[in-house]
Amino acid sequence: MPDPRPVTKVLTYRHTLVVRISHWLNVLAICLLLMSGLQIFNAHPALYWGQKATFAEPWLHMGAVNQGDTTIGVTKIGDLSLETTGLFGYSGKVGSQEPRGFPAWATIPSYRALVDGRHWHFFFAWLFVLNGVFYVVANLFNGHIKRDLLPTKDQLTRKHIWHEIIDHARLRFPKGEEARRYNVIQKFTYLAVIFGLLPLMILTGLTMSPAVNASQPWLVALFGGRQSARSLHFICANLIVLFVLVHVALVMVVGLFNSMRSMITGRYVLYVEGDAQ
Amino acid sequence: MTDLLHRRGWIKGVGASLTGLWLAACDRVNDNPKVQETLLRAEGLNRKLHRALIDRKALAKEFTPADISKDFKANGSISPGDEDYRAHLKEGFANYKLKIDGLVDHPMELTLAEIRALPARTQITRHDCVEGWSSIGKWTGARLGPLLDKVGLKGEARYLVFHCFDSLEETLDGSGQYYESIDLVDGYHPQTILAYQMNGATLPVAHGAPLRLRVERQLGYKHAKYISRIEVVSDFKDMGRGRGGYWEDRGYEWYAGI
Repeated sequence: MPDPRPVTKVLTYRHTLVVRISHWLNVLAICLLLMSGLQIFNAHPALYWGQKATFAEPWLHMGAVNQGDTTIGVTKIGDLSLETTGLFGYSGKVGSQEPRGFPAWATIPSYRALVDGRHWHFFFAWLFVLNGVFYVVANLFNGHIKRDLLPTKDQLTRKHIWHEIIDHARLRFPKGEEARRYNVIQKFTYLAVIFGLLPLMILTGLTMSPAVNASQPWLVALFGGRQSARSLHFICANLIVLFVLVHVALVMVVGLFNSMRSMITGRYVLYVEGDAQ
Repeated sequence: MTDLLHRRGWIKGVGASLTGLWLAACDRVNDNPKVQETLLRAEGLNRKLHRALIDRKALAKEFTPADISKDFKANGSISPGDEDYRAHLKEGFANYKLKIDGLVDHPMELTLAEIRALPARTQITRHDCVEGWSSIGKWTGARLGPLLDKVGLKGEARYLVFHCFDSLEETLDGSGQYYESIDLVDGYHPQTILAYQMNGATLPVAHGAPLRLRVERQLGYKHAKYISRIEVVSDFKDMGRGRGGYWEDRGYEWYAGI
């Protein structure tokens, strides 16, 4: 039986040039910040809370442990101790394994070089910050944040939010007219990342600078010490990785080609029931 | 089953090759001198921004005795094997003299007793290593500012170079000798001291006996240990590899406020 309601393919303009440019600059900056960040982390693969390191009691530690004539990688989180050979603590090609926090494929450069890691990190931190300022200022002016990112009244009802959570859990996403706008979970996530996670990343990063500590003591007080800031910087980086993984997975679920096209050309295809207007 | 194992082996092989390609590509980009040159531009930007926005006279936070680390880590040289140093150590630094020369009106050589008689300062501060860890210690030492006034800086003086006893790397040309440099703003900063005590006791060898620089608000490698001589210069281009310090010569930032 044919569907009584016709479905029309509608080509919409979804992403402005500002959004597309800042999105891809961020992909570049975040990739290199992450890889160089892991290189820097590897110089001392342990994390602490407070102002100073408590070397015997890190809350997170990656290291190599000798067990008879073999060496294994061990990751400790609090009281939990996990064997992570090949990934964290001890990794590398067979025959040239070495003690290191994160493995060679995750760091830039692959070999141990804190000095290079710092150069990459501080260069791309500039791109990341300038790009972020450009994104926020431009989108405050053109109304993108208010129009597309702030949830509307109808999206904020308890019923609607619950409905979307159920739909998301079933990987059922809005189609047709409803897909013209971001859903409320998407909006909350983007707002949390753009105005929460990413600024927190910058602030915890600045807090590790001893010069910034002296001139802005409130920052280090806010995060509860320099080592706390380092821990929070690491945790936020992990949350960004988590966000990216879910983001990319969902892009694949809703349509890789359509999503990529819209983030490159701006055009997104919708299938709208009834005659297209 | 064999099929599955075969497939797994095949996937592993492809995975390993792709990883190899990825690592080689990343390292090639990293090792390109033009890329390095571009990345280093950010260093100048960071320094300029810090200099423009940060009050250079701001004091580093000082802590209470309860905050002092019991496990303060010693890094870099911890027991220099250099002959001169060993000789001084054997004599308990009785014949040690700190030499101050270069662009000064009155070059001096000061014994430890004379240094201990100079205007001193005690401070409990946090030491931040470039590797990422921090330790808190109590330092007592001669304030560098009054000492600079005493020797009298000439008009062209711009930097203070700290020559050290320790060679961190064994080299034939002496380029493994540790040295550091700071500018005059940091030289005259009230918390910049030549420390001879740590946590109320004589400075231990691992932490730079007999004298180490404390230049708070910069990373640990700026805090030169085992100081033998302070040379006042107009620039440091002709020293070492010309970047103003042992670690700087190996690519680290001269401005270590980050």
